[in-house]
Amino acid sequence: KLHSRTESSSKAAFLDHSETLWMRMTCKHTNSPVIDAFAVPKWLSMSSGCILALLRWVSSFHGSLFPHLTLSSEDMIAEFSQVLNWSDCVVRAFAWHPHTDKFAVALLDDSIKIYNPKSATTPTLKHRLQRSVAAVQWKPLCASALAVACQNCLLVWHVDPCSLSTRPSSGCAQVLSHPGHSPVTSIAWSPSGSLLLSASPMDSTMMVWDVAAESCVPLQRVGGGGVSFLSWSPDGSHVLASTPSALFRVWETRMWTCERWPCVKGRCQSGCWSPDGSRLLFTVQGEMVIYALTFTDAPGQLSHSGPQAAAVVADLSETTFSTPDGDIVVGGEIQSLVWDPRGERLAVLLKGDPQAADRPAIIAVFKTRANPIFELLPCGFVQGEAGAEPRLMQFHPNFQHGALLTVCWSNGRITHVPFYFVSAGVPHFGLSGSPLLPHPQQRPADFVNQSLFTEFLS
Amino acid sequence: MNGSGIKIKATKDLHYICNFNCSIQVICWRAVASIAWAVLLLPPITLVFVIISKFSFLHPIQTISECLYLLTSASGIFSFILLCGVILIVGFLHLEYYTVIPTIACSKIALLGQLLHPRHFINSLVHCFMGVIVAWCCAVTMGLRYETLGYPCTESDGHPQMCLNEYHLILLLAGAFVGFSHSLLGVIYNMNYVSFHTVQQYKYLRFKRCLPLVVKCSATQALYSVRNYIVMYLFLGKCPFFMNKISVHPLDSIAGLLDLSLLYHLWSSATFLLLTWNITLLLFRIFVTEVYSFPVQSSFTEDSHQCLPKVLTEKQPMILKFLALQDLALLSQHSPSRRCEVFSLSQPGGHPHNWNAISKECLSLLTDLTQRLVAYHDTVATNGRAKSLSSGSERKTSSETSVTSGTEDLMSPRPVFLMKTPASVFARSVAGTPQSPLTSLFTPDLDSPFASPALRRLTAPVDQCSPWYGTVQSPHIMRRAPKLWSTSTDSQVNGSPTPSPASVPSPKPEPSKPSFLAQFLQNRKEQVLKPCHKLPEASSQALFADSQAHIWALEGLSYLVQASFSEDQFGVVQTTLPSILSCMLVLQEAVDRHFKLPHASSKPVRSTSSMGDSTYKTLRFALRATLKTAIYRITTTFGDHLNAVQISAEHRKRLQQFLEYKE
Repeated sequence: KLHSRTESSSKAAFLDHSETLWMRMTCKHTNSPVIDAFAVPKWLSMSSGCILALLRWVSSFHGSLFPHLTLSSEDMIAEFSQVLNWSDCVVRAFAWHPHTDKFAVALLDDSIKIYNPKSATTPTLKHRLQRSVAAVQWKPLCASALAVACQNCLLVWHVDPCSLSTRPSSGCAQVLSHPGHSPVTSIAWSPSGSLLLSASPMDSTMMVWDVAAESCVPLQRVGGGGVSFLSWSPDGSHVLASTPSALFRVWETRMWTCERWPCVKGRCQSGCWSPDGSRLLFTVQGEMVIYALTFTDAPGQLSHSGPQAAAVVADLSETTFSTPDGDIVVGGEIQSLVWDPRGERLAVLLKGDPQAADRPAIIAVFKTRANPIFELLPCGFVQGEAGAEPRLMQFHPNFQHGALLTVCWSNGRITHVPFYFVSAGVPHFGLSGSPLLPHPQQRPADFVNQSLFTEFLS
Repeated sequence: MNGSGIKIKATKDLHYICNFNCSIQVICWRAVASIAWAVLLLPPITLVFVIISKFSFLHPIQTISECLYLLTSASGIFSFILLCGVILIVGFLHLEYYTVIPTIACSKIALLGQLLHPRHFINSLVHCFMGVIVAWCCAVTMGLRYETLGYPCTESDGHPQMCLNEYHLILLLAGAFVGFSHSLLGVIYNMNYVSFHTVQQYKYLRFKRCLPLVVKCSATQALYSVRNYIVMYLFLGKCPFFMNKISVHPLDSIAGLLDLSLLYHLWSSATFLLLTWNITLLLFRIFVTEVYSFPVQSSFTEDSHQCLPKVLTEKQPMILKFLALQDLALLSQHSPSRRCEVFSLSQPGGHPHNWNAISKECLSLLTDLTQRLVAYHDTVATNGRAKSLSSGSERKTSSETSVTSGTEDLMSPRPVFLMKTPASVFARSVAGTPQSPLTSLFTPDLDSPFASPALRRLTAPVDQCSPWYGTVQSPHIMRRAPKLWSTSTDSQVNGSPTPSPASVPSPKPEPSKPSFLAQFLQNRKEQVLKPCHKLPEASSQALFADSQAHIWALEGLSYLVQASFSEDQFGVVQTTLPSILSCMLVLQEAVDRHFKLPHASSKPVRSTSSMGDSTYKTLRFALRATLKTAIYRITTTFGDHLNAVQISAEHRKRLQQFLEYKE
């Protein structure tokens, strides 16, 4: 930990220094014709000054087109992360394993812990390059591989589930990096486990990694100024890629062509796919509604029968609720959306207003119904202990008795919120479900917020 | 009798052509299309080259008028036609020399043999000749002092004479040199290897993505070639044979060659040459590897040889088999209607012919790889034991090149499936060398009182311990080595009697040997033998050279099995499920064992600035990952139902590990 910090600081110092040296040189050349020994021809100093000015002008122009490019990388991750207030959040990223009851948690000190109820050891992953973790995700159809989006690169850890070691060496991690592709803010494994996508708001290309071969295919499209958020549909046919400007793309994964979707107001903040990959819900920054896009086609013919416009499916404008503690205002902008693997519950993390006490960040849960028409029915709210606000949430990928929402709170607690219901549709893919989840012992906050549930059964 | 042999071959060829007429045509048409595109791209590239070579900052208008004049002149048009001809020949050479399975030279001598192979030598000569032609075209284009080979000049005594224009000559020779070195590098970096991509893209997008890379590669390669050429020219210019030339401007001095404009023109024409050739190569690769969709079954019997199950089973040409496997992997993943055809029954009779043919071919591919791996592993194990003495001592003294013997003649016992490695020709001669008596002479004396105990521990057990052989660099493993030895499970598996560490016969040289001389001789010997040594991990790469086929077979099988869970109406897959599972598990075991060998899991150095495709270097990692994913895909889909499948107890245990996500 200490090691990495010193390295980063020294690097920063070095860069600064070279910059000042360069500045000093240019200053000297233009301002002091006194030194005869180093006198350069006048035209040279003039032309270099002109080129410098031109470069500055171009970069400032580029910056004014895409304001996010002027942010520092930490600020950029905080801006585009799915986590609410990423910079001061204790839990920076969270990922359930897609098949078993284990999860990985990235903490503020850049370490990652892996909890497994069936094993006594909790491996801690640390790596020299593992800084400012923005996202983690387990590889599907694999027991051990965990992809981590870091500040300068992408790490793929191979954590042997049978190993008793609590500190896997950094030799267990593959480092995937590409020049100009940092910071990485979003990653997505293909559901078949063969490819890994990574995106950076600084880089307008989206990388498709073949992790085993450590090679990548850059997919570039003009416009947008970067890629901030990725989401792969559960059936593997489409990928949502949102950009920092008011534009997002939906790629089809057969031939990797894309559809452009310009937004009116702001950038696409978050999105999620229905389990069959036919419906995409997304939210736009600055608007308080959830949009839906429906893809009814076979994969490969996206452009022919795709949707023409997004439909509004829910309006989350501010509403006042009276509670025993006083009135609270719920609604407003949306930070993130998650949909449970059966497609029956949708959780929406509302940003709230950190300044106003009566506008807390809160999770609203909806029941979703696809037939006869798609609709969202309000189900309830999830609220934490006093003073704790939700930062990050994810559904358990295969909870047998309904849906299990895992929420990471601002005070560092992680709670599991179960929703018990009888599934209306056919059982989800895969017959080997996990057994009933044992609550990990260090989660005392379970069921603290039972009183806020509107219902357990539907 | 010779004639009858030819006749038989001819009828065979005819048969083969008839069988694959359509499919072969596909490849040919693709090659022709790629050449046509390369020719179409030639005018813009030439235009850019003309502008670059003629551009002057001070007279921009004049530049443009000169360019326009050149493009409409007869010589300009003639040289352009010549360039088109060169592109055509390069394109057909690609079609002739391309391969989907790279030839991996396992030692430097094998590489040399590859370079001197008549086939490649002819290729190099043709490239050399075409380099001269392109250079001549460049000379004509650039005009000025480069334009003609001779020019009228006056001698000191006053009467007119034809002189040799050395600027023209230097350009022509540069063309020959660059062409020759291009083809040599092509052999070294496997530039004729055509790899398939995991990510499918349209041809135009793929070309657009690769174009900047190609330009960069060509420019850097041209820079290095020109540098080497200048050095060579400088030295050859000093030769008396070359001194005879009649020239006014002698260019065989350093000052004469350090002419910036000359260097610039050399570099730009070399870049132009390499760029046109590399673009032809790029287009060829893109066109040939495009996905081709084979019909799964045909309603007409005469078309049945074009169907997927039939094409899969054919051995030649390789590219068709690869395309068919790629198509299988894609259809199993993306196309429910074609999967349905795979699972269907034949109309009269009700046999699942399609599925049987496909699964049989995939399984035989996988079994073949398993056998190859097992054979390789056995060879390594026995070899390591037999030569433990010499290899151990040698490794200890040679610092970095720790792979010496032990992995030598492994090419030979392997089933010779698709392997065209010429290394095997040399394997015999290579294998004997390290066992020379010299080696044992210079081993450090372990029994002498002067040897430190640490040294003794270092050498004694690790030698015999074949799985860890060669990985002594890590102290972590060093510590474990004695323990492994004492259990001696390894030896029982291999079935050969093991000598105990105490009974290792160690040579007894003079205790007071002058180590100075020994060291010197050792170094000499290493330098002499260096080219004969195996390149690290090359044999591992050679084992997995055609693994792209296995990867597709695994993907295709696992996706089909996954889909069969809900789509297979007649249960045709169920009958083969046990054999598929056991085949995959056996392969998994073999692959796991292989990756425990030294250098098998070391990552290759990545070279980005070369046109050569290095995908084959990482195929073994891709295969390992795909294999695991494939087994997980089946276990995740079927879950506990797999307990009803008839497989051996050992495999069931292994499968249970997968079911619990502990692999």
